[in-house]
Amino acid sequence: MTATMSAPQLILGWHDWLALFVHFLMLSLMQFGGAISTSADMHRYLVEDKGWLNDAQFGDAIALAQAAPGPNVLFVALMGWHLGMNTGSLAAAFLGVALTMVGILVPSTLLTYQVAQWGHRNRERRGVRAFRAGMAPVVIGMLLATSWLLASAGAHARGWPVWLLAGVSCLAVWRTRLHLLWLLGIGALLGAFQLV
Amino acid sequence: MPSPSSIPPAAGHPRPATRTELFLAFTVLALQGFGGVLAVVQRELVERKRWLTHEEFVEDWAVAQILPGPNVVNLGIMLGARWFGPGGAAAAMAGLLAVPLGLVLVLAAFHARFADDPAVAGALRGMAAVSAGLIAATGLKLSGALAKNPIPLPWSLALAAGAFVLLAWLRVPLAWVLPVLGGLGCALAWRRLR
Repeated sequence: MTATMSAPQLILGWHDWLALFVHFLMLSLMQFGGAISTSADMHRYLVEDKGWLNDAQFGDAIALAQAAPGPNVLFVALMGWHLGMNTGSLAAAFLGVALTMVGILVPSTLLTYQVAQWGHRNRERRGVRAFRAGMAPVVIGMLLATSWLLASAGAHARGWPVWLLAGVSCLAVWRTRLHLLWLLGIGALLGAFQLV
Repeated sequence: MPSPSSIPPAAGHPRPATRTELFLAFTVLALQGFGGVLAVVQRELVERKRWLTHEEFVEDWAVAQILPGPNVVNLGIMLGARWFGPGGAAAAMAGLLAVPLGLVLVLAAFHARFADDPAVAGALRGMAAVSAGLIAATGLKLSGALAKNPIPLPWSLALAAGAFVLLAWLRVPLAWVLPVLGGLGCALAWRRLR
């Protein structure tokens, strides 16, 4: 993880910023299953096609947003941040954050708002009830799959201790009322001492 | 059998009193959500504040997942809009994003200095492993809500297991899994509802 080494040195014109904004506006309506589902395309666009970020910066943005408190979509802000910093200017970094976050959020927010209000007004309709009830089992399967993929990404690097830690935390959250921050703190310590 | 969420909430059903309360509640839960906010949302809104029942949460979460956009942000928009209209949606969304955004940028500034430190990398890895456990536990807790689903339980469990296997083990794209299994679930629920 050498985000600072060999970072691209960029000179961006207004059309580059506009292209960035438009690309994220477009991705906004493709975020099915969360913002992270569009990260493969962001990698293609930002790293492979444009060369605006290097691989380490891209990976760090995702890892850091995962580790920091808050919704995972903040990894998008970090990409905008790194991109702006690669031009050598703090103001550009803030511009990058603003353009990527506004782009990724505005279209999906407007759509969600409209659909949510329509669904709530029509909540007694058989179709709406069937949709909400029918999707619930699949959503539970999706959650378990997300967890599996997150743990197997870590286990890829460190093997069974990662599975053990994930399994024990799962039991602790499922069966006790232990505060989540304790568990995260324990996980951070175990990792810092290279035990997982 | 009507689904629980189709019954209007009883008069005693708690809800946030003001948009400020909503903003603060979402800020507090966002700041506890490492590696994703879902596990915390379930614990704060369902178990502690009781603004939603388990069944309502699963169903709202399903809609939030299906719509494009960050899931937790979608959920915040849906709940905020239901309670306070556009202002509520904005309050919930701002609560989820404003303070965590500032924090993550500060962390990024420090991270550039400590990125090569193996202890920092290890800590991130450890927290990710715990997060995986938190998300799995949330899924297991919410699976309790399937007992009250109009779909017969064996079918519900088969749909959940099918989604897991297709997504986690066979790596089938979500864009295939969701319409096929979700469509099947909707059809089953439709037949059982009046």
